[in-house]
Amino acid sequence: MNNALADLLLKNQKEILEQWMKNQLSNNTLREDLMSNENLRRQSQELLDLFLKAVKKGNYDDLNTREYEGIIEMLQGISISRAQQGYSPKETAIFVFSLKEALINTIVKADGDSKEAVNSILIINNLLDQLGIITFETFIRGRESVILRQTQEINEISTPVIRVWEGILALPIIGTLDSARTQIVMENLLQEIVNTGSSIAILDISGVPAVDSLVAQHLIKTVSATRLMGAECIISGIRAEIAQTIVHLGIDLSNIQTKASLASALKLAFAMLQLEVKKGERKIIK
Amino acid sequence: MIALNREIIEIAKELDVVFFRQRLKEHAVKIGMSVLNQTKLITASSELVRNMLKYAGGGQICIEVINEKMQIGIKVTFEDKGPGIPDIHKAMQDGFSTGKSLGLGLPGAKRLVNEFDIKSEIGKGTIVTIVRWKNGL
Ligand SMILES: Nc1ncnc2c1ncn2[C@@H]1O[C@H](COP(=O)(O)OP(=O)(O)OP(=O)(O)O)[C@@H](O)[C@H]1O
Ligand SMILES: [Mg+2]
Repeated sequence: MNNALADLLLKNQKEILEQWMKNQLSNNTLREDLMSNENLRRQSQELLDLFLKAVKKGNYDDLNTREYEGIIEMLQGISISRAQQGYSPKETAIFVFSLKEALINTIVKADGDSKEAVNSILIINNLLDQLGIITFETFIRGRESVILRQTQEINEISTPVIRVWEGILALPIIGTLDSARTQIVMENLLQEIVNTGSSIAILDISGVPAVDSLVAQHLIKTVSATRLMGAECIISGIRAEIAQTIVHLGIDLSNIQTKASLASALKLAFAMLQLEVKKGERKIIK
Repeated sequence: MIALNREIIEIAKELDVVFFRQRLKEHAVKIGMSVLNQTKLITASSELVRNMLKYAGGGQICIEVINEKMQIGIKVTFEDKGPGIPDIHKAMQDGFSTGKSLGLGLPGAKRLVNEFDIKSEIGKGTIVTIVRWKNGL
């Protein structure tokens, strides 16, 4: 009986594809900006072929079998690439669920409301739901990999080393200072000390939300590494609440030069380099 | 004690820590906790979640907004199924670490919150519970 269903679908595959395409195209969420209709058609055709191949043997519920390998692989590929191209989950879901509609329509057209038809509809419904879940799961995994990549990119770009004065470098740190980040900060800083021959580095942590013992250790390590290079390191941007938290936590930063603001750190740096900033007489240019 | 709001967060990797801290902050902001107390709560929690990840490979955290004796506050429970702590008394001392670290996490966290409770059983796991009231030191 179940093979009859597969035969029916196989026989009507042209109509199914047409109807499926129509369903997808009539949906106003279709992203023509992201994929041409031609491509969509090719993708749909290919998926339908794999689907019909999978159900040919009458297995409609066990997706962990060889016959489903092809279609699952393709669905996963589509979901991942769609997630990375910026499709919404809805757009990706519609791709699978509009096929369900086309399949069910075909069954209804052939068998009407007979008992077999109801049975077939249930079978198709379950199968397509399972395929839908696979797309969701993969879609989310695709998104996660995008997020991971962005996190790495943010880490790279959000640790600039700024040359504020001859001999003085400033590093504004924004966000959480984890081990990976510290590594990048340290590398950038040490490299810049060599490149510019600077003797003072200011690490500004105004943008760091919390300093726990791990962050503190990372700061201490960065300072020691800077000292090994023969430069001095000042930590600035220690907010009142962070200062209190550090004390309660029991972290000893007394060996490190710290300042509340970047401005006062800069002042200290000038003093250390025996530079003087003076307000000059204003010359009026005529 | 009445729990007004409850959220459970699974911790399995470094990225979960960032998410957890954000959620915790949102809860603290919502009840109007001062920035100082927020920072203390988040820092203490940060220590405990890191221990959970480092020594037990992860676990589960429950954030609760609680109300007791006219006070409103946040209770955070860290539960893991890791190896447990053989000597809690030692682990609570400043400078004790089996992880070549500062050994300030547990004692520091205790100093940053209003209530601190730790239970641990070898081979079964560790549960740490902290409470930080909205107002007060
Ligand atoms: N969840 C846990 N499961 C098992 N052991 C733990 C757990 N939390 C802490 N410990 C043990 O207690 C010790 C003390 O913890 P604590 O957080 O105070 O210091 P640390 O993690 O070693 O160093 P720090 O937190 O300062 O970087 C740890 O070294 C570890 O042996
Ligand atoms: Mg610790």
